[in-house]
Amino acid sequence: MKKESSHEPGRKYGMVIDLDKCTGCGSCMVACMAENNVSFKEDESNKLDSITWMRVYRLTNNKPFPETEIRYLPRPCMHCGGKGDLGHSPCVSVCPATATDYDHKTGIVSQIYTRCFGCRYCMAACPYHARYFNWWDPIWPADLKKSLSPNVSPRMRGVVEKCSFCFHRYQLAMERAYNEDRRELEEAEYQTACTQACPAGAIVFGDLNNPDHAVHTLKDHPNAFRLLERLGTNPKVYYISDREWVRRSGDNYLNNEKTNTKPAVQEHHS
Amino acid sequence: MTTSDHKAKGDAPDKAPKGREGSSFGIIVSFFLIGFGLSMAVGWIAFPKLLYSEKQQPFDFNHAIHMDLVDEGCESCHLFREDGTYAGVPTLDQCSGCHEDAQSDSPDEEIFVNEYVANQQEVPWLIYSKQPDCVFFSHAVHVKTAEMECAECHGDIGTSESLKVYRENRITGYSQDIWGANIAGLKKNTWDRMKMDDCGSCHLERMGSKGPCFQCHK
Repeated sequence: MKKESSHEPGRKYGMVIDLDKCTGCGSCMVACMAENNVSFKEDESNKLDSITWMRVYRLTNNKPFPETEIRYLPRPCMHCGGKGDLGHSPCVSVCPATATDYDHKTGIVSQIYTRCFGCRYCMAACPYHARYFNWWDPIWPADLKKSLSPNVSPRMRGVVEKCSFCFHRYQLAMERAYNEDRRELEEAEYQTACTQACPAGAIVFGDLNNPDHAVHTLKDHPNAFRLLERLGTNPKVYYISDREWVRRSGDNYLNNEKTNTKPAVQEHHS
Repeated sequence: MTTSDHKAKGDAPDKAPKGREGSSFGIIVSFFLIGFGLSMAVGWIAFPKLLYSEKQQPFDFNHAIHMDLVDEGCESCHLFREDGTYAGVPTLDQCSGCHEDAQSDSPDEEIFVNEYVANQQEVPWLIYSKQPDCVFFSHAVHVKTAEMECAECHGDIGTSESLKVYRENRITGYSQDIWGANIAGLKKNTWDRMKMDDCGSCHLERMGSKGPCFQCHK
């Protein structure tokens, strides 16, 4: 019976982010925090314990003035599928509480706050620093509590949280579909908040398995790469840049090593 | 001490001390039984009663009368919105269509018309099956896709003539219908308890798997 459900045509939601379009404006970070009830501290100057599901990193080629180049890299949760998309994500494998699991129907890695007891193994296991710990209970100033989204449960002190690819939007889109006697979603029906907020259109989101979705072809772009691909985490977030130094910064290359341009390098591991 | 005394006296034990010993043993046992009985009574009867505070709904509601007057059963008032979300308890606008003025001489309707309809104020109903906010539940997929009857989970509320008492857990603030009335965890009907394992067992039975966490969590 269990196998039956895994035989269903699996969706595999993922993202392709064009780093050459990203201006580093941070709209995605703001939209994400507002959408997902992400808490903040009174003093956010210490970024070490700030919570940023989506975080924009600044990359530079470390060259002096005329050749200096800057790129910004938005980093959500990579929703790693592990080898062969079997769901052996780094975080899921180590969680002793089963507070995070891999959904084979959507390819999304969950995080269940009421189940998590805050051991933070997943944070240690995640090679992308995508997971964050709540060191304090959230404090919403004044009437801000009234503007929280009812579709995302707020977290409490002592639990880990991370990007969910706005999974509540998927739940709501599916609910609408079921009400209209459908089981399939159009590409536009389920989009993450960061995707919609990006003014440059750098983020594209959709089902990597569905040929009708833009990400399906974009992920095979010759300049597409994923972060730390050679770890075998099989992330679902792809990046595109025509600059080789940008693609090279996505993994730990030896000085004499060639930059890998093909996104799928799973055969090296199997 | 007594055993060493017995040994000293050989095979001729004194009968009088043994009788005293027997009665003190009886007292100890009876004290134990009384204490055991009391603590069991506290744990199984007093505590479950104390755990819940009883709250009355703003006024009583007769589902049976309304069911006879509508055409589409439960969905006549408990609607799905256009986006597929479930609207739950009807709003004042839905009710005041008919209840602009009192339709009967029921004292409950009088409260409704005079205090709520006249003041354009929503009725603060207590929701028996309100889940914690980490739970996502889609009525659409259960009712429309899986074609389940409302009564399968909620019981025969549609034919009830009055609302039951709302029992609120003093510690968690959740309704007793979520956590279940029976402290031993026994249940006869689906609607006796609506915890995660109750959802999970039905999903396991009908879907073949409890599903991923995000199926029901948010």
